Amino acid sequence: MSLAKKHPKEVKQILSKYPPEGKRSAVMPLLFLAQREEGYISKAAMRDIADILDITETDVAAVVGFYTLYHDKKEGRYRIQVCTDLPCALRGADKFMDDLCANLGIKAGETTPDGAVTLEAVTCLAACDKAPMFQTQGPDGIKYHESMTVDKTMELIRTLKNAVGEMK
Amino acid sequence: MAHILLRHREIPDINKLNVYKKNGGFAAFKNAVTKMKSTEVIDVVKNSGLRGRGGAGFPTGMKWSFIDNKNWPHYVVANADESEPGTFKDREIMEGNPFQFLEGVALASYAVGANVAYVYLRGEFWELGAALDEKIAEMEEAGYLGDKLFGTNYSLRIYTHLGAGAYICGEETALLESLEGKRGQPRVRPPFPPAVGLYGKPTIINNVETFANVPMILANGAEWYKTMGTADSPGVKIFSLSGRVRKPGNYELPLGATFRELIYKHGGGVQDSHTVKAIMPAGASSSLILVDDDKVLDTPMDYANVRTLKADLGSASIIVIDDTVSMDWLINKTVHFFKHESCGKCTPCREGTYWMSHLTERIHGGHGSKADVDLLLNVAKQMQGKCLCALGEFSTMAVVTGIERFRNDFDNAVKA
Repeated sequence: MSLAKKHPKEVKQILSKYPPEGKRSAVMPLLFLAQREEGYISKAAMRDIADILDITETDVAAVVGFYTLYHDKKEGRYRIQVCTDLPCALRGADKFMDDLCANLGIKAGETTPDGAVTLEAVTCLAACDKAPMFQTQGPDGIKYHESMTVDKTMELIRTLKNAVGEMK
Repeated sequence: MAHILLRHREIPDINKLNVYKKNGGFAAFKNAVTKMKSTEVIDVVKNSGLRGRGGAGFPTGMKWSFIDNKNWPHYVVANADESEPGTFKDREIMEGNPFQFLEGVALASYAVGANVAYVYLRGEFWELGAALDEKIAEMEEAGYLGDKLFGTNYSLRIYTHLGAGAYICGEETALLESLEGKRGQPRVRPPFPPAVGLYGKPTIINNVETFANVPMILANGAEWYKTMGTADSPGVKIFSLSGRVRKPGNYELPLGATFRELIYKHGGGVQDSHTVKAIMPAGASSSLILVDDDKVLDTPMDYANVRTLKADLGSASIIVIDDTVSMDWLINKTVHFFKHESCGKCTPCREGTYWMSHLTERIHGGHGSKADVDLLLNVAKQMQGKCLCALGEFSTMAVVTGIERFRNDFDNAVKA
């Protein structure tokens, strides 16, 4: 089913923010809406958005490819995105990341075998005073988790894995 | 001194509309719309000496006066794409004192005749975006946004727009491209946004912290604002303190406070009682300030004085580096950041950050030679002055100053 049919209210509300000559501005919020469904943006969804906005599929795909919060491949239903940039690294973020990898038995960029969680290193998330920190990106949007420990994170991951199990 | 921007530190509920109102909120906006000409609002901001808090330090009132009044409609855009490593102040303002920020956006909109304003938030501020949407709805309900405000002919709507993870969108023209639904790649300037901005129309873009200052300036007057800070840099600034300090966080201080005051009085000193080796005053985009004598720490933090240390205050994201850190590790971090964030539009930045990352990786990994260090310095200097926007230029700052001011660290790294 098309995005406009599935979420008529949201699509209309998104389009209402921009002037008619700036309709294309809606591409980013529409992509977030499409991604909410499955955690990634399918080719069909890109076509759909191109149709709504009277732009080409290539225009839409170029936006998907440019921004790091959009994903065009199916990976973990939740992404744990740890900031390992300079200010966080000065407060132990690299070690935190290594410990998480060891606990999960995966490397940065990989997904747990059950498909629940993808672990990623990302650039600055504007929470430098609360390192180690990460964001989760999943069906419920993006959430910050600050001043974290490995134990607290593993507990959160168990909760996320259970949630994904229930979705199946 | 009570806070002017981080007022939620004294008034925790100021993020509620009635509490904000009770503490003088929206009086400045109502007064401006009902009693002042738009040019009078610009004059007050001009006279206050307020300079842009996003990094460039450009005089705010002057920017507003550049708006092209022969081309309509006008737009105002708040740059809430806070992404500079070391900067986390705008988020605290928008979470803790959101109405003051939004009132600032409203005042700027009235001053330049805009009926629509956008708040461009980095996509990671997803929850904050939803919270701001609620605050905006409350303002509409209370008659501070909408049609024919306070019985005048002035109408204003504010919308949030989420980015999706791209540091470059903090560059104002890349932000506009992104807001127009394209890849966030900077435009060639001039023309500047006050002439040709969003949808090709005159647009004023300011940082969140800049907007948050405006209601206080309008409420208390330009002279009051100038009683704080220095003649060159009036007012207060939020310093985001991070790195190897005991108490990292945001500290709102008058411009001209010293590094020592920030790091030792407020930040509790360096972790494990180590000494400060270097300071990055403008996040990852900074030159590395070599801290080799006490005078450096006693330098006032304002735009002019930081320049005497051959660095820039920028967004005042103070990253403290102690003597446990080697600069080959540090620039490997910053170069990888800029390589990841380079938008790919111009060749010097796209290729330069790529090749620099190979060299920093090799040097830090212990496989480099002295010739690699010289080559890295050469590549960085070749990039300078040739990039389309500031990102490429910024990527070279820590590299060049790291090698020139901390050569020993690199000699040791390639010796090992």
